[in-house]
Amino acid sequence: MSAPNKEYDPVEVSALDPAAIDAALSAAVAAIAAASDLDELKAVRIAHAGDRSALALANREIGALPPAAKAEAGQRVGKARGLLKKALEERQVQLEEDRDVRVLVAEAVDVTLPVDRAQVGARHPLSTISERLADVFVAMGYEVAEGPEIEAEWFNFDALNIAPDHPARTMQDTFFVESPDSGVVLRTHTSPVQIRALLERDLPVYVVCPGRVFRTDELDATHTPVFHQIEALVVDEGITMADLKGTLDHLAASVFGEGLVTRLRPSYFPFTEPSAELDLQCFACRGASVNNPDAPCRTCSSEGWIEWGGCGMVNPRVLEACGVDSERYSGFAFGMGLERTLMFRHDITDMRDMVEGDIRFSAAFGMEG
Amino acid sequence: MRAPISWIREFVDLPAGLSGRELSAALIALGLEVETVDVVADVTGPVVIGRIESIEELTEFKKPIRFCHVSVGESNGGVRGIVCGARNFAEGDLVVVALPGAVLPGGFAIAARETYGRVSDGMICSSRELDLGDDHDGIMVLEAGSAEVGTAAGELLGFGEEVLDIAVTPDRGYALSIRGVAREAAIAFGLPFSDSATELAPLSAPVPDSQPRSCALIDSSACDVFTLRTLLDVDATRQSPLWLRQRLIAAGMRPVSLIVDVTNYVMLETGQPLHAFDADRVAGGLVARRATNGESLETLDHVSRDLDPEDLVIADDNGPLALAGTMGGTSSEIDLGSRNILLEAAHFDAVVVARMSRRHRLSSEASRRFERGVDRAIAPYASERAASLILELAGGRSAGMTAEEAPHEEVTITIDADLPERVAGMAIGPERVIENLTQVGCAVTAAESRLDVSPPSWRPDLTDPADLVEEVIRLIGYDQITPTLPAAPPGRGLTEAQQLRRRASRGAVAFGLIEVLSYPFIGEHDLDLCQIPTDDARRTFVRLANPLSEEQPGIRTTLLPGLLNAARRNVSRGADDVAIFEVGSVAFGVVGDSVTPPRLTASRPPSADELDALAAAIPSQRRHLAGLALGSVERPGWWGAGRDFVWSDALRIATGIVEDLGVAVSVDAAAYLPFHPGRCAVLSIVDPESNDDAMIIGYAGELHPKVCVSWDLPPRTCAFEFDLDAVIAIASDEVRRGPRFHSMPVAKEDIALVVPVDTAAADVAAALANGAGSLLESVRLFDVYQGPQVAEGSKSLAFSLRFRAADRTLGVDELSQSREAAIAAAETACGATLRT
Repeated sequence: MSAPNKEYDPVEVSALDPAAIDAALSAAVAAIAAASDLDELKAVRIAHAGDRSALALANREIGALPPAAKAEAGQRVGKARGLLKKALEERQVQLEEDRDVRVLVAEAVDVTLPVDRAQVGARHPLSTISERLADVFVAMGYEVAEGPEIEAEWFNFDALNIAPDHPARTMQDTFFVESPDSGVVLRTHTSPVQIRALLERDLPVYVVCPGRVFRTDELDATHTPVFHQIEALVVDEGITMADLKGTLDHLAASVFGEGLVTRLRPSYFPFTEPSAELDLQCFACRGASVNNPDAPCRTCSSEGWIEWGGCGMVNPRVLEACGVDSERYSGFAFGMGLERTLMFRHDITDMRDMVEGDIRFSAAFGMEG
Repeated sequence: MRAPISWIREFVDLPAGLSGRELSAALIALGLEVETVDVVADVTGPVVIGRIESIEELTEFKKPIRFCHVSVGESNGGVRGIVCGARNFAEGDLVVVALPGAVLPGGFAIAARETYGRVSDGMICSSRELDLGDDHDGIMVLEAGSAEVGTAAGELLGFGEEVLDIAVTPDRGYALSIRGVAREAAIAFGLPFSDSATELAPLSAPVPDSQPRSCALIDSSACDVFTLRTLLDVDATRQSPLWLRQRLIAAGMRPVSLIVDVTNYVMLETGQPLHAFDADRVAGGLVARRATNGESLETLDHVSRDLDPEDLVIADDNGPLALAGTMGGTSSEIDLGSRNILLEAAHFDAVVVARMSRRHRLSSEASRRFERGVDRAIAPYASERAASLILELAGGRSAGMTAEEAPHEEVTITIDADLPERVAGMAIGPERVIENLTQVGCAVTAAESRLDVSPPSWRPDLTDPADLVEEVIRLIGYDQITPTLPAAPPGRGLTEAQQLRRRASRGAVAFGLIEVLSYPFIGEHDLDLCQIPTDDARRTFVRLANPLSEEQPGIRTTLLPGLLNAARRNVSRGADDVAIFEVGSVAFGVVGDSVTPPRLTASRPPSADELDALAAAIPSQRRHLAGLALGSVERPGWWGAGRDFVWSDALRIATGIVEDLGVAVSVDAAAYLPFHPGRCAVLSIVDPESNDDAMIIGYAGELHPKVCVSWDLPPRTCAFEFDLDAVIAIASDEVRRGPRFHSMPVAKEDIALVVPVDTAAADVAAALANGAGSLLESVRLFDVYQGPQVAEGSKSLAFSLRFRAADRTLGVDELSQSREAAIAAAETACGATLRT
């Protein structure tokens, strides 16, 4: 490094020559522009902005200038170094961006590769449809009532006005817990929950009872000894058959679609009077197949209706057995099989699929019900 | 009940041309469940009456064959040659001939064809081929002179008769008769109905030289009407006329003999079961009484039955002859040689017959009717109807009838005239109520706003006001009611327990499990296959008196056999990866040994004590959640080798589901079948609200290798099962509090400790946590090493500890002190040494 000049040094420092500075800057800018990646730019930086670069040397020479010349030379060199720095920074940003783009391109994958690393879980559709139906009632303000599957005969039969000699109480229909006169059965319907609800709850009662029930049927495409029902019970002042019909229509529309209605046919159940069989308008043809041989319907056999369940006004004898004043209160009850409902709703043709536990069956439904 | 429409028309003048389907729809709307409209003898094309002119026996075949010349009338081709394999006919007999072009029931088309070396130009029909019975004796031979040769056979034989098949509900016994169905049909079409069954022309006066046999009823609670008619010099050998046999066949009964056919015919028509005794095989008069101990009876189905003192029998001076209203006995049976007949028509109590029928496992057309209630007033009419038919068809004389009747109290039901409209929720009006009740046969007296209603004798089911309400509304039509929606009071939605149960299932699904629903039946063999010890509580299951299969006579105490069975089925169907779960009930205990439920009336609500007694008699039932997994937890693929389910996955899933319900679960080693004795964890929970000890809720791990073999499952199949109700009982009381956490920097320390190989990692972790003090945020084991780098009989456990203070950055000293304290605690508790 030159010693500081105390006086005017007539010797021109060639490095501070304006032309030389401009040339150095031009060369540097050209080199920066020519750098095609970050490594080249690094080399350019060392060559044109490093300690031994022309502009660095020039900067060092400023100190050797006479004071009068220092300001002008300093300004000139400073400006050039500023421009160089800016050019380097801009190029750095540019090249980093170029590099990132190249890396992301190189890292691209085939997103069509399978991602089925693990089995996906699923609910059984009987469980989900049970919840779906229960939720329709919960939305109307009903509560979900429950009872045991192994049940006292009094709840399953007697309190429901099914007398001891009623044909339903034979071994042909009912699983009796050993011995046959134990007084305990596998519940044959969800109706004993009605009795429990009326005994346990304050009036008015609006409940829905989904659950598993048992009958001594052999398993085939349309029967299973273990199946599911859902049952609703309303006991309040002034409840009518019109209320029963309206509630059934609401349920049908909620489960099968707007506008589907139900039909009641007079029938007999010991625990309801009047009683009715409950038919659902065929959701497949909506009745269009009736007397129309050109468009037969497989779902309803062109009847226009499908049997769905049973219903009626709660027999006053049942109310009395539960300590409910049948002069003041009336009620309705209805129930239907969930297997059958599921078969209708999802076009399932064989009930055995529901009980065999083949994972392909439940997996097809996921969380749907 | 099968009701031929032509028979219904004898009682009600239905519109001409009314189809079976239209009649069926009208009856269904009234509440008769018409299941099908069947067509009897669905025959089309030319089927005519023919006469056998000559028979040529063909003997060169394996069985004798006849080639017949049959005249079928000039317009049908005069005389045709027809090959026939039957032999029950002779020249001159009248037969039924299906000509080419005819189609018989079942779509059997008739054409001229060559057979046995001859051209057979039609077919001589058997009753079976025409769907007119299941006679195996050969072709149908008609009575001489009963038809004209060449005429169409259809009208004579009732081709194409429509028959309603009605499933009669238990309350409508009256519909088990043509008379009852016709009454409903009359109501449906607004037509007058005259009860011809009760409007009979009186029989000719009894012959003066003989007395009818006596009858008596001993137990009027079991039999309150008993009539006995004596018929003399009857020719029982005569065959029932074709029309009678056709009616019986169309109605689903088999023709037997003339006398029996008539009693069946009258039963179908009036609903009154009748029984005919051979008077010469009866000693003295008949009595309806209870059986006594030691008596026995051989019934017509040739079963010898020991009688119960509750059985009601018809007996003569020597002993029981018939099970009343159920089945006759062989000792007094009518046969072709019978000359004198006793015709019994009586009214038996529904419950008495139902019990007897059930006790003897004997259901008959008669018992089905009595169980559902027979018209109390019809017996003498039905007896007279049957007698007149027998005298007409079998000849003979009437010696008159004796009858006994117990006093009977008429039922009167009083209802508010507006009760039907209050129940229906629609305006009806008292006039309509009275009209409808009258239509079904009730006598109605109006007294201000109330009605006194006396039901007819054929409606013993009408006992309560609600029964009358149903009659009124069903006649109006349920479709006339306009739907409304009742407004329920605000509900509280699902209970916490119900929500948690749904969440548990969703939790299992989140772990990749698929829900299955198994049957709850179990047997010793299932438990044997699970290696369950003989003294295990799971062997004490609730037994069924009438299981579907003797292999599985009980109710499950564990869900695992059901899941194992489902897994086996999936594997046998080719599944490689099976991960399933089930939520279901199990039951413990034996019913009946200690407690049987009290026999309670349903005429009043049970007392609190009675409810407790009922509850005590029902076995304990718990809802369990169980899972089973085999194959890949992660499948092999382009990403790598994948990973199979192992014991720790079962544990991860089980504890994950429980913890998702907000309940902390602790894990210890256990030996519990059907699990691998060294790879089984017992799961416990603690109720923070109580001071009770930890409660065992279930087990998780790898299944015992023998169990995998027994169920044809791959080795290392793993499973879990726990008591979901127990978890929910604790979880449903808990409301989770918001967490408190700090934002100061965390300090991490990794520690590797060498411990004896049988040391439980959880114990070491607990000791570290215990020793590390309040600054410790978490401790997590991240590696286990066993091998040459550590001493034999030892293993190295590597833990990652995280420390944090609420208010400051931790200093080096306090961090180091905490770390040392943790190590010291592990050393004290587990003999751990710091690995160097």
